[in-house]
Amino acid sequence: MFKILEKKVLSPVIKQMEIEAPRVAKNCQAGQFVILRLHEKGERIPLTIADFDRNKGAITIVFQEVGKSTIELGKMEAGNQILDFVGPLGLPSHIENFGNVICIGGGVGIAPVFPIARALTNIGNNVTGIIGARTKELLFWEEKMRAVCGELMVTTDDGSYVRKGFVTDVMKEIIEDKGKDNIALILAIGPQPMMRVVCNVTREYGIKTIVSLNSLMVDGTGMCGCCRVKVGGQTKFVCVDGPEFDGHLVDFAELAKRSAIYLEKEKEAHNYHKCKCGGAS
Amino acid sequence: MAETAKTKKSIIPKKHSMPTQDAGERIKNFNEVALGYAVETAVTEAERCIQCKKSPCLAGCPVEVDIPAFIKLMAEKDFAGAIKKIKEKNALPAICGRVCPQESQCEMYCTLGKKHEPVAIGRLERFCADWELEHGVTLPEVASSNELKVAIVGSGPAGLTCAADLAKLGYQVTVFEALHVPGGVLMYGIPEFRLPKKVVQTEIDNVRKLGVDIQVDSVVGKLATVDELLNEGFQAVFIGTGAGLPYFMNIPGENLCGVYSANEFLTRVNLMKAYLFPEYDTPIRIGRKVAVVGGGNVAMDSARTALRLGAEESWIVYRRSKEEMPARIEEVEHAEEEGVKFAFLTSPTQIFGNEQGWVERMECLRYELGEPDESGRRRPVPISGSEYIMEVDTVVMAIGQGPNPLVPRTTTGLAVTKKGNIVADLKTGATSKSGVYAGGDIVTGAATVILAMGAGRVAANAIHQYLTAKNT
Repeated sequence: MFKILEKKVLSPVIKQMEIEAPRVAKNCQAGQFVILRLHEKGERIPLTIADFDRNKGAITIVFQEVGKSTIELGKMEAGNQILDFVGPLGLPSHIENFGNVICIGGGVGIAPVFPIARALTNIGNNVTGIIGARTKELLFWEEKMRAVCGELMVTTDDGSYVRKGFVTDVMKEIIEDKGKDNIALILAIGPQPMMRVVCNVTREYGIKTIVSLNSLMVDGTGMCGCCRVKVGGQTKFVCVDGPEFDGHLVDFAELAKRSAIYLEKEKEAHNYHKCKCGGAS
Repeated sequence: MAETAKTKKSIIPKKHSMPTQDAGERIKNFNEVALGYAVETAVTEAERCIQCKKSPCLAGCPVEVDIPAFIKLMAEKDFAGAIKKIKEKNALPAICGRVCPQESQCEMYCTLGKKHEPVAIGRLERFCADWELEHGVTLPEVASSNELKVAIVGSGPAGLTCAADLAKLGYQVTVFEALHVPGGVLMYGIPEFRLPKKVVQTEIDNVRKLGVDIQVDSVVGKLATVDELLNEGFQAVFIGTGAGLPYFMNIPGENLCGVYSANEFLTRVNLMKAYLFPEYDTPIRIGRKVAVVGGGNVAMDSARTALRLGAEESWIVYRRSKEEMPARIEEVEHAEEEGVKFAFLTSPTQIFGNEQGWVERMECLRYELGEPDESGRRRPVPISGSEYIMEVDTVVMAIGQGPNPLVPRTTTGLAVTKKGNIVADLKTGATSKSGVYAGGDIVTGAATVILAMGAGRVAANAIHQYLTAKNT
């Protein structure tokens, strides 16, 4: 069992939790993920590591309540126990001194960008951060990101905070401002459509772009192939070959279709459990 | 036959048949198909054993169970004695009695089998194991602790056997399992209707009672590497991580929605209990017409699972003919009884989907059999121009599994083959790395539960010898 040490409500649908998992905290690196399972009947939920504290032996996760399991997790409180918490899974981010790097976090994707931006800054990169969300209420970790980026830009789709626009709008301005040859790498994590658009833009500029994929998974150790995605025409397993890939090579159309496989089933599960617990949720 | 005067009573020529759930009924549930012998049947079946002097059956058992001895005890109705005899060599009899391919092992060598059907050794083993589970388990003797720590990576049949054997010898054994329950393929791969998970967990509890510590949620190679385990006080490591890497055919359309690897399909159903969705959280999408590509036990398991999930038609698509199928005869028969259909000498070339990316149909090519290949089976040769369309909406690829690369990739100085299997001496399990042993599918490629158990046993003995020499 793994204890929830702390819980923060970042927005009505985005929650942050610190989980006691000393062995995972000791061994994890930026870019890796964990899989958790709430109880005996639970599914295995993959979540990218948002932060870790090796001394405290704790891992921070941030998640958006999108289905039955994440809503259930969101209802848990500090002191509660999670049945299974396994990791670190996947390959760590490739961290080296590239020079000028842009780190983009969209929506709940802001969280996994944080430890990577920190690692890139620590090794000497000049990191420009861009964080964005649909609206002010869904934006989080502004100060935390500012602390690990040379400069940080903030945007909201609806203009309810700082400025109106997508992260890609801000990115384009920075690229034009600095010159495409002065940007060594762009890292983008967020909803699939956002990552896809980022890649479409950076492909034209010829700037190398890394994305972190959140495909469906079961075991997370390369055993089932549920997470497979075409990268550069070859099938890769996100869980062991990723989760980070060269965004210009990812087949986002296929990824989007595969990610939608269980949408109906998720609704069914949600409704089934909503009925069972008397409409609460 | 009546003239064989010396035999006290006439030999019953056939095995007592195994009572099973009716095929029409059982495809509506996930309960066990084979129900097990009743006491009287078990005793009369045991009496069929003629206790011949040479006992050729012994040579057919990878873990060297004293078969004639346990059957003799059964004929004397001493079931407690019989199971004790089995457990001298086999830590997981309830599992082996159910899933061992006895027809190509012990029973193949049975003297009775020369003229008649062999003694139903597997069914008798299962009876003894089930009898014990019902009447209370007596644990084998465990030597006093020698304070030496051994790590086992993977809690499938190889790892569990190695762990149990070493624990009995007095070692402090820790098993690291990547998934959230121990058992490996016994839990995620083999379906409930063939091997009830309660039986598996009871057998694993018995291994725990020997003092074995099983740590789930522990991915060796990620959490700690084999090298780190050796540095952290483990004197030896056994790697039994199995064939956990699904193969695909690399044909167009294989990433469409509705195409599963058999590993994923079976893991969702067996390990995650998707057949109980939405009570359990993990879903599975099953279509009306399912094609399972492959001809092994995993393919049969997948096709039979598909029927139980509600598929209207479930097809086995296999590129050779029925005779070459690697699946156990019993499994093929069960599949046929349940209404699984077979397209032999057929292999898919392409899968087509609709706009949403869902499988709609599969293009197949017909084959004929040519000369035998290196496996001794006649090689399938494609018939050009024989392409045809199969309307399907779910495809399960059950064409084999490779070695999971997580541990080999993260262990220094460990020799692997081109395919990624760990190189190990089959007589000892010793690898190229001192103190590191390996066995089961990670070494041999996908094989059977009992061969993995045999490899676990061999490695346990070798580890015992190695550590005895090292510490004296």
